[in-house]
Amino acid sequence: MTSSVATSEHETGSLRDRVMDLVRATEIDGRLLGMIVTLIGIEIGFGLYTGGSILSPVNLLTFATQAVQIAIIATGMVLVIVSRNIDLSVGSVLGVVAMTYAVLMHEVFPTTIGVDTPYGWLIALGAGLLIGIILGAIQGFLIAYMKIPSFVVTLGGLLAFRGLVFDISGGSTQAPDDTQFVVLGGGPLGSLGGTISWAFGAVIIVAIALYLYYNRRQRRRFGFPVRPMWAEVGIGVVGLLIVVGGVAISNAYHWPAGLIEQYAAQHGISPEGLVIEAGVPWPAVILLAVTLVMTFLATKRKFGRYVYAIGGNPEAAELGGINTRWTIMKIYILMGILCAISAAISSAQINGATNDLGNGYELLVISAAVIGGTSFAGGVGTIPGAVLGAIVIYALRYNLQYIGLPSNNQDIVIAVVLIAAVAFDTYSRRNAT
Amino acid sequence: MSVQQQPEPRPPAAPPPGGAGAANVTPAAVAGGATAPLVEMRHISVAFGGVKAVDNVSIDVRPGEVVGLVGGNGAGKSTLMRSLSGAHKADSGEILIDGKPVTIANPRDAKNAGIETIYQTLALADNINAPANLFLGREILTGVGTLDDSAMEDATRKVMGRLNPNFKRFRSPVRNLSGGQRQSVAIARAVHFNAKVLIMDEPTAALGPAETEQVRELIRQLKSEGLGIFLVSHDIHDVIDLAERISVMYHGRLVGTVDKTDVTIDEVLGMIILGQPPDKLNREQIQSLR
Repeated sequence: MTSSVATSEHETGSLRDRVMDLVRATEIDGRLLGMIVTLIGIEIGFGLYTGGSILSPVNLLTFATQAVQIAIIATGMVLVIVSRNIDLSVGSVLGVVAMTYAVLMHEVFPTTIGVDTPYGWLIALGAGLLIGIILGAIQGFLIAYMKIPSFVVTLGGLLAFRGLVFDISGGSTQAPDDTQFVVLGGGPLGSLGGTISWAFGAVIIVAIALYLYYNRRQRRRFGFPVRPMWAEVGIGVVGLLIVVGGVAISNAYHWPAGLIEQYAAQHGISPEGLVIEAGVPWPAVILLAVTLVMTFLATKRKFGRYVYAIGGNPEAAELGGINTRWTIMKIYILMGILCAISAAISSAQINGATNDLGNGYELLVISAAVIGGTSFAGGVGTIPGAVLGAIVIYALRYNLQYIGLPSNNQDIVIAVVLIAAVAFDTYSRRNAT
Repeated sequence: MSVQQQPEPRPPAAPPPGGAGAANVTPAAVAGGATAPLVEMRHISVAFGGVKAVDNVSIDVRPGEVVGLVGGNGAGKSTLMRSLSGAHKADSGEILIDGKPVTIANPRDAKNAGIETIYQTLALADNINAPANLFLGREILTGVGTLDDSAMEDATRKVMGRLNPNFKRFRSPVRNLSGGQRQSVAIARAVHFNAKVLIMDEPTAALGPAETEQVRELIRQLKSEGLGIFLVSHDIHDVIDLAERISVMYHGRLVGTVDKTDVTIDEVLGMIILGQPPDKLNREQIQSLR
């Protein structure tokens, strides 16, 4: 009872209770709030340690863009683990799809439809998506209908699909990708630009406001208790600050000198004093879209409800008349789609595909989901949590690398965070009941 | 043994189907065959491997009637009921609802036929809230196909207002609820969808005295509304108190179905323990049970 938690931010009981009451009134997931606080703490800590240099826009954008590939797959891994399954094959599926993209654009298209055609990259994306769906469906079928444990099936997938990568590539690295495809990877050329970024931010702010309004009206309609007004406004203001802050940081990153000179030469203007704001990188836009769609599927659709019900009590789900097998198979098809999206970003970032692309991602993705509050007991986990989990992992990785910690020791730190997060969950759950 | 008092039908209660004068049907008249059976299970057999868990059993229930299904552990009561609720398909035999044969291959078939089940385990998903459990598999959707959580919460508040007015925790996962509250969620799920037939598997096994009395009162109310109820129970007193007829199973077989008014509690115990119908039991055998 009196054992203290090292990570606890609360000093006294009464203050803690008051803070908890305030948090409860906003109906925000305390776990998510804790992760945001942790993330801000990490950034401030490293910021102080490095005299602020680590908080430069380019550093923040770099680790965020790297985290995207893990975060996208982690949104699906939440549903996999919630339904009491696992997917070890994600890195290999990503590898197969990324290699498909690269081979199509590097080897197939030049001899068929030509290089850098307006639609070539879309054909590649479509083909990759289809392969992701097929690989996901095969594994999902074996797990859901043949009742083979998911650990075994996806362990097989991990091995077999990595082997398939070499078959597709012929053993060599495939590069480069289509120049339009590369935009998906982010960087100065793969971002929205200053003006569009602000417009994008404005759309999000309006969407947040509408969402809050709609929810409140919906609860009023049925006469349910609503959040206090200060909490609604508070959530709106925090959302506004996050969006404005994100766009401002993105826009504070300017094109480097080399690109400016190229651009000036192409447009016949002087590079002197020319400043181009990069803006929000495309991977961040894609991650936002994926997170919204996945959260929608998980919380607003029957599919998501069934996934959580299966995780909470598989027998109850079956007795409720739910088609549990088709639900499980759909989760794995969804994983294939997410791997294909992530593969596009991974491949675009390195402008091609290597045979080991995606190697070891399964562990990072699972770690992100678990740090984000997903429980291996099943039935518990949130998609925004997993996204934040991925960002926390990459914030740590990038910052530790920045201060010169060797990569083996980065892994040790991440392992400690992983176990601490689960320990915290176990502790708080035990105290809650 | 005292004759059970017939509860007064409540004003909002639907009159039991079955023709003229049905509203005044007494349990004895029902048991006497005044009404056609709501559900008939004929010659049902279920085997697990070589073991016949249910062996050629036929039982039925009529509108506004409670049929107690009793027997020792492993007698096959729950297995028989699971084949009616769609949890496990019977190997042979037929099920008739309102005289028409139906196929019940899964829980959805049973629910579509108006058969609802309250399982001994309650079959709740602990990680989701009461409205989500109540509508599990039968969610209310909005016009654009999303879950209408507000409408489901509203409906849950209404049904709980009737069953358990003290219930307030509509938004927390049911794992945080007390045993009685969880039980009321499971019952609400069964009665909300206008069931014709209710299967209650040990509905009071995990409850305290006050909550048990609440469930008994609810059973009487539902009976007066014209539902047919199969009450599976270990508790012979529960069954004697609530049921019109009692079907006794022994090692997978049906020992017999008796009218409550025709038998003594000792004779029922004899059927349960010795597996013999009352007319085959002699005084010494019954005495030996004491």
